[in-house]
Amino acid sequence: MIWDMVGDILMSALRLSVPILFAAFGGLLSERSGIANIALEANLLFSAFVGAAVTALTGDVWVGAFAGIAASVVVGFLFGSVCIWGRGDQIVIGTAFNLLAFGLIPVFTKALFNVTGSTPALSTEQTFHQPLVFFALAIMVMFSLEILFRFTRHGLRVTAAGENPAALLTQGVNHNLVRLRAVTEGAVLTGLGGVYLSLCQGSGYIREMSAGRGFIALAALIFGGWRPLPTFAACFFFAIADAIQMQLQGQKIAEVTVPNQFIQILPYVATLFVLIFYATRMRAPAAINRDF
Amino acid sequence: MKTSLAMSLFLVGFSAFAVMNLTACTRSADKGKASEVGGEGKGVATKPGAGIKIGLVLDKGGRDDKSFNTAAFRGATKAAQELGIELKEVESPDDAAFEPALRTFAEREYPLVFAIGFAQIDAVKKVAPQFPKTHFAIVDGIVDMPNVKSLMFAEHEGSYLVGYLAGLMTKSNKVGFIGGMDIALIRRFQTGYEAGVKAANSKAEAIINYVGVNSSAWANPSRGKELALAQYGRGVDVIFHAAGASGIGLFDAAAEKKAFAIGCDSNQNGIKPGRVATSMLKRVDTAVFEAIKMQIEGKFQGGVQYFGLKDKGIDYAIDDNNAKLIEPYKAKLEEVREKIIKGDIKVPDYYEMNKK
Repeated sequence: MIWDMVGDILMSALRLSVPILFAAFGGLLSERSGIANIALEANLLFSAFVGAAVTALTGDVWVGAFAGIAASVVVGFLFGSVCIWGRGDQIVIGTAFNLLAFGLIPVFTKALFNVTGSTPALSTEQTFHQPLVFFALAIMVMFSLEILFRFTRHGLRVTAAGENPAALLTQGVNHNLVRLRAVTEGAVLTGLGGVYLSLCQGSGYIREMSAGRGFIALAALIFGGWRPLPTFAACFFFAIADAIQMQLQGQKIAEVTVPNQFIQILPYVATLFVLIFYATRMRAPAAINRDF
Repeated sequence: MKTSLAMSLFLVGFSAFAVMNLTACTRSADKGKASEVGGEGKGVATKPGAGIKIGLVLDKGGRDDKSFNTAAFRGATKAAQELGIELKEVESPDDAAFEPALRTFAEREYPLVFAIGFAQIDAVKKVAPQFPKTHFAIVDGIVDMPNVKSLMFAEHEGSYLVGYLAGLMTKSNKVGFIGGMDIALIRRFQTGYEAGVKAANSKAEAIINYVGVNSSAWANPSRGKELALAQYGRGVDVIFHAAGASGIGLFDAAAEKKAFAIGCDSNQNGIKPGRVATSMLKRVDTAVFEAIKMQIEGKFQGGVQYFGLKDKGIDYAIDDNNAKLIEPYKAKLEEVREKIIKGDIKVPDYYEMNKK
């Protein structure tokens, strides 16, 4: 009985963690290169929407998935370009992109499907049903990122662009291009998370369906100290707190039904505690949100 | 210092954006409708409501939540088609947008403005006294003012009925309920549902879950699905939702687990045919339509208007998608419906329970 429940919680946490993981890894690549990325929400929304819309129009979930990731790449490329050459504050630009996603997507759905904000529901054949494959992919991404940052030239350049872009420039490497590449690569990952939201976990796009996951991912990434493995752990921690919360709701504990409100605050309380204990160990890339 | 400057700039920009968005919305709607009326020519003139402007401020779920707001919009659209009124609808991105939206309509001298959803109670309370000549109608909330009509539904009666169905259908003696937010309105669904389940099957147990603690709880289908999977995993075989667009996740889970779901507010039987046992209907569409009709006929009055099983303001859906599924239980359900209408069955009402 108890083991059934533990199993259920773990499976639930796996499914819940996927979009946060991809968004956090996408954000990680971008932030390590010195671009503070609060536009993750926009990436998630655009890729979820385009994924679902293209699937609805073509009937092929694979075409939809690739279109969704491509949409995220376009958003990431634009965001990176505006941050680098627009030279504005990256937080403000990121907020603008999020607002753009909130406002623009309903316009598209209106034009395409004559509804405001959602796409038609997709049939079971038009969605993916393997959340575990996505999760496995997320683990692979985590190891790839560890390898990237430790052993590859590109990884080191990304870190340098985030820590000390001037040093990179003296080596004859344009830090702006490194940053743009990192943001765009990150957008591929975030796009996977968005596609998962609308084509695997859900069946179609619902207005603002990311429901703040971009920001949770951002918190996980900060909490993970901008490193892949701890970020993974942080995402999974959030997911498991959420899964426990969901399983405990309405469950009797020693013959007493705990009020839902208490159960529902669990994830937030857990997050607060962990942040209190770990807050001192976090250090952001030195040149984040800065040129030099 | 720098961050606070950036922050205030952002806030100013954001509010400007929100206001622009709103006016742009109504403007473009203006144009669209104007050309439509012109296109239709003089044929419209015979319709009783021709030229009467009706404003509709929808809740955050939006026009296409396939549930509550969709029902309201459907009623207003029907009025536009049959009575010839000019309809303009606005969706609110957040709670702060209700008040300016209502005010914009009132300032443009719309004779009747609808506020859809309990979240607009405070906004209506503020705006209605400032425009005593404008009529307002609010769904799911009571605002006691002479120019405001409050449209209230007996959600508990319908929930009892679908709870009864769930109690009859369950083979595991476990049924589920997924609410959006843990608020009084949704508790009303829940207590009615639980009572219905118990009445049909005293051994059955209801597992209660809520999607979230803020307004994104109404538009988070992946959480809805995850909660449903958790319940199905615990042996539940029928789940009823009152969670707006988050409920769509329930239907996905039901299809995946080959279990049953019960829809809410609008007829959701067709979302996953064969997996949706029925939908509890809250005829917001009828209420909205009737209120518009009264406005046209000059009979609009403030006060509270109740809708329940009796007047079919609350109902359950039977169509081609669930006819076979519900057939064995239909006679029993009709019997229970009659008993509730006659008062032989007293359905617990959370609003009443809370007064004591």
